[in-house]
Amino acid sequence: MYPCRRGPAQRRTASNWPNPLQIMLVSALAASCSSPGGEAAAGEYFPPVPSSTHAIVRVTGSDTMVNLVQAWAERYHAVRPHAAVQVAGGGSGVGLAGLADGLFDIAAASRELTAEEHRRIAAGGVAPVEFVVAIDAIVVYVPRTNPLAAIAIPDLAEVYGDGGRIVRWSQLGVAPSRCPSDLIVRVGRQNSSGTYAYFREAIVGRRREYKLGSIDQSGSKDVVAMVAHTPCAIGYSGMAYAAAGVRSLSLARARGGVAVAPTAEATRSGAYPLARRLYFYVRGVPTGETAAFIDWVRGPEGQRLAHEIGFVPAEAGRP
Amino acid sequence: MRFALARRRGRRLEPIIEAVIRLCGWSSVLLVLAILAFVVHQAAPVLVQRPIVTEFFTSVAWRPDSVIREQYGGLALLAGTLSVTVLSMAIAVPAGFAGAFFVAEFCRPRTREAFKVVIELLAAIPSVVWGFVGYMAVSPLLLRVTDAPIGVNVLNGAVILALMSVPIVVSVGEDAIDAVPDSFREAAVALGASRTQIAWRVLLPAARNGLLAAALLGVGRAIGETIAVLMVTGHAVQVPHGIFDPVRTLTATIAAELGESVAGSRHYEVLFAIGTVLVCMSLVVNVTADLVVRGSRARAGR
Repeated sequence: MYPCRRGPAQRRTASNWPNPLQIMLVSALAASCSSPGGEAAAGEYFPPVPSSTHAIVRVTGSDTMVNLVQAWAERYHAVRPHAAVQVAGGGSGVGLAGLADGLFDIAAASRELTAEEHRRIAAGGVAPVEFVVAIDAIVVYVPRTNPLAAIAIPDLAEVYGDGGRIVRWSQLGVAPSRCPSDLIVRVGRQNSSGTYAYFREAIVGRRREYKLGSIDQSGSKDVVAMVAHTPCAIGYSGMAYAAAGVRSLSLARARGGVAVAPTAEATRSGAYPLARRLYFYVRGVPTGETAAFIDWVRGPEGQRLAHEIGFVPAEAGRP
Repeated sequence: MRFALARRRGRRLEPIIEAVIRLCGWSSVLLVLAILAFVVHQAAPVLVQRPIVTEFFTSVAWRPDSVIREQYGGLALLAGTLSVTVLSMAIAVPAGFAGAFFVAEFCRPRTREAFKVVIELLAAIPSVVWGFVGYMAVSPLLLRVTDAPIGVNVLNGAVILALMSVPIVVSVGEDAIDAVPDSFREAAVALGASRTQIAWRVLLPAARNGLLAAALLGVGRAIGETIAVLMVTGHAVQVPHGIFDPVRTLTATIAAELGESVAGSRHYEVLFAIGTVLVCMSLVVNVTADLVVRGSRARAGR
């Protein structure tokens, strides 16, 4: 009958229980003890140049390509230890401008160079030479349970663009199973993503804002996983991230136009609308280590690595 | 001989050790002040610009990357943080108080010890693990049992945050109930009160301040939590219309965008302004909790 408690001797006094200020201070102290070196690794990374290195290839340019070129550089260094490839981002324009000034050996670019850039580089006496090193293809995914097979880019703009009027699946003529709300759940990438930037520019355009309220994921793989588990979802990600639970949509450039499925062939030929070539530009025909690096990149090992990172291998053609 | 030497060396070391401990104590105070100063300093350029502050508190459009015009409306982010925090407290506070009463008053001593160990264990689970739980377990569950179009939403975030704050509410609340003098209970028993009556009519009013502090500490935890909410709230910029809508919180925005923003840019400064808002929020909550606790101690001392 008597309330069950410990004896008075064991009872703690009020002063024994943690003061909130103490908790705050202790947690701040704990936070200060964690490794301070964590942040440095996230910043720009230049591969260490060993003292025995004879050749250095400097690559600068496209931010979209930084991870790709970095991976190539690291693997290439493992294959050819005497060579080091230095990689930096900044943007395609930065790389091409630096190439004209002779600051780098290779400019990485996610677009073709402009006539003006061509003129500037050629003014130095040698014309720029272009190599297609990979293809960046973005695929629109829906869950496997969604019957939609194709979508036109103007419709996609209405789904993802600010003020766009397509918000329900029935407006696209389908009724996905296990999606009673009929609402289109837009899945995308957070705004620091190159995939996001490319998708926004290619679909929504520069004159229109992106519609707020999309589920922003931090990784390419996360988008596909989220779409696979969400019956009402639509999302975009790299071609290499296709997985079991999702289906890739064919894209048509206009309403009623021919829809093209995202295949490696269609991205290489340019028939698939959401694909762009990624380039290396060099001043004149490359020689020495630069030529060896480009050959290796465009060879089977380099192209396989591109696929692993989420790009489409480029057709090995002549420059 | 060697023993004596060791002892003498120990005596010589003592002031050094004492100084180190003193330094550690002070460093934590200085650190808090330094963090506050740093965050406010980084945010200062935008904090003094009226149009930006006004936009932040009145607009829902968060478009730091726009190619047309950059917009820094924080209303949707504030709504995200508040909706998730309020809902999580609506779950965690009743659950935590019930748990605290059970552990403090209703269970047997052995059960009580076991419960305390488990609750401490629960508090020690890293938040990223809770994020996993929300993403892999709660999200599919919500999709299955509700009509929600998406499993990562306000409710999922609130459930996960509630699970994270319940251990704090229980352990602080339990101590508050424990601190009520036995004479209160004895008097109640003498009057023929049942256990439930004692808990409800005697202990709850007597431990009121301590329980309030427990709830506020839970709120502090919920407001500041980042990684778990980043994973389970959907990270979508919008003012939620219901508990099944995905949202984005202030903390998640900083975590997701600070790494990519250029140091010294407007975007970077606005992110630090968000940090200032967060620091102010948790400062208010913590100071309130501290004052409330002091109030309860003064009462207990009387």
